[in-house]
Amino acid sequence: MEKIELTCIGCPLGCSLTIQKDHDEVVSVTGNTCPRGDAYARKEVTNPTRIVTSSVRVEGGTAPVVSCKTASDIPKSMIFDVTEALKNVKLTAPVAIGDVVLENVCQTGVNIVATKEVQCL
Amino acid sequence: MKKYDLVIVGGGPAGMAAAIAAYDAGITDMLIIERDKELGGILNQCIHNGFGLHTFKEELTGPEYAARFAKQVCEKQIEYKLNTMVMDISPEKIVTAMNSEDGMFQIQAKAVVLAMGCRERSRGALNIPGYRPAGIYSAGTAQRLVNMEGLMPGKEVVILGSGDIGLIMARRMTLEGAKVKVVAELMPYSGGLKRNIVQCLNDFDIPLKLSHTVVDIEGKERVEAITIARVGADRKPIPGTEERYTCDTLLLSCGLLPENELSRTAGVELSNITSGPVVNESLETSVDGIFACGNVLHVHDLVDYVSQEAAVAGKNAAEYILQKNHLPNAHEESGKTIDICREGGVRYTVPSFIRPEYMADQLTVRFRVGDVYRDCAIVTYLDDTEIARRKRPVMAPGEMEQIILKKEQIADHSIQKIRIAIEPNA
Repeated sequence: MEKIELTCIGCPLGCSLTIQKDHDEVVSVTGNTCPRGDAYARKEVTNPTRIVTSSVRVEGGTAPVVSCKTASDIPKSMIFDVTEALKNVKLTAPVAIGDVVLENVCQTGVNIVATKEVQCL
Repeated sequence: MKKYDLVIVGGGPAGMAAAIAAYDAGITDMLIIERDKELGGILNQCIHNGFGLHTFKEELTGPEYAARFAKQVCEKQIEYKLNTMVMDISPEKIVTAMNSEDGMFQIQAKAVVLAMGCRERSRGALNIPGYRPAGIYSAGTAQRLVNMEGLMPGKEVVILGSGDIGLIMARRMTLEGAKVKVVAELMPYSGGLKRNIVQCLNDFDIPLKLSHTVVDIEGKERVEAITIARVGADRKPIPGTEERYTCDTLLLSCGLLPENELSRTAGVELSNITSGPVVNESLETSVDGIFACGNVLHVHDLVDYVSQEAAVAGKNAAEYILQKNHLPNAHEESGKTIDICREGGVRYTVPSFIRPEYMADQLTVRFRVGDVYRDCAIVTYLDDTEIARRKRPVMAPGEMEQIILKKEQIADHSIQKIRIAIEPNA
């Protein structure tokens, strides 16, 4: 049996959650004051995911970099792999919001998409 | 002199939402003046997600949220000038501005919306001892450098202040390869959102030291080390608790201040609590026809609320202009005002008073509390009659609160004051 402590992010209350876990099975969640805390705890200890936002270089544009994000959640453990993969990406202007910056980043099945427009110089 | 019905100072989220609402209320002769090279304001550097959950029911990044409003501004063909700095606004609503194409120019406006936003508290305002080397940035400056200029301000970082921008930058600098050694916060609680503490600090094992402050900065040319110490209840450093961190960069995230130099020259009365204009129910300042919204009025934590508030200011500015056109003197004060009084931990309210006859059917009153309150209720009174009580499990200075007043509730002309109080749960 494994005991994990988390702070809930559902609201400003920030409940201190205690999760009892047996291998991959969540046995109990305590400390939460609402169902959102329970759901957050279960997701966070079994399959934590995050949207990753970053920026990549752009050539020939009105800005030297363009902001981007993962089009959907990726596993939390892969955050650094994703930012590493973006290091050497270089786009050429123009860039539109939603343009694919990098396909299937780190085999996650998720694309990196631009979140800002960059026009040509 | 050029003439416009409406001049909006600032093309960030507040300015754009005010312009769109004014357009929808029938004003087309208007100009947005923006000092940056694009619309969107500070949202353009806030590349993280979490914006727009209330407005668009999805989590957008800052640039995406800004683009949705900029698109509406363009579709409605609302005029705007970029790279243009407003130098002065007179009480007669003459706006003096300049840019490198037109030089200095003046505009006579019928109404003005102030939407200049806020800026960060600087080192000079914090009284931090130590040398003055390179490597000390406000968190927002670092954010702009990293996210818009593609430059890294440093490799080893200490952050003072746990405001949201500081927390966001702790994560951002870490993802870009820097080592963030510690976040020190003077207060015994964080000024940032819980979600940011978990996802920006805990996710990356960055320690948050509450009740700590910077007591020394070392380095002559460049920051070499930062010493922090624990503070007592009087917020003074406790000798013997010092900890020294070698680093090359100090980021400051110690609060935001509404940027009201222009409001002051226009003769607008400012609140010494919010540092923003004192406004009535229409978000009109003490100067007839000058309205204010967004972070120049009071610092918000969610941009969705900025957009909502700015839309109200824009609509009211439009109505002011249209009434002025058709009904001379329609805006003259009838004299009846009701103060909104703050009790038991409510630091300020926006608006701070209302004129019942100009009130919309529903009025949102926004405010902040001065401390962390648990198991309390927000109670609204008309004079001594309780009209609303809303339980709040927890309230903190970092989170804006609001109540809704209905016009029908204050139809009774004998009401002297509206009171908003924080009380223990009954």
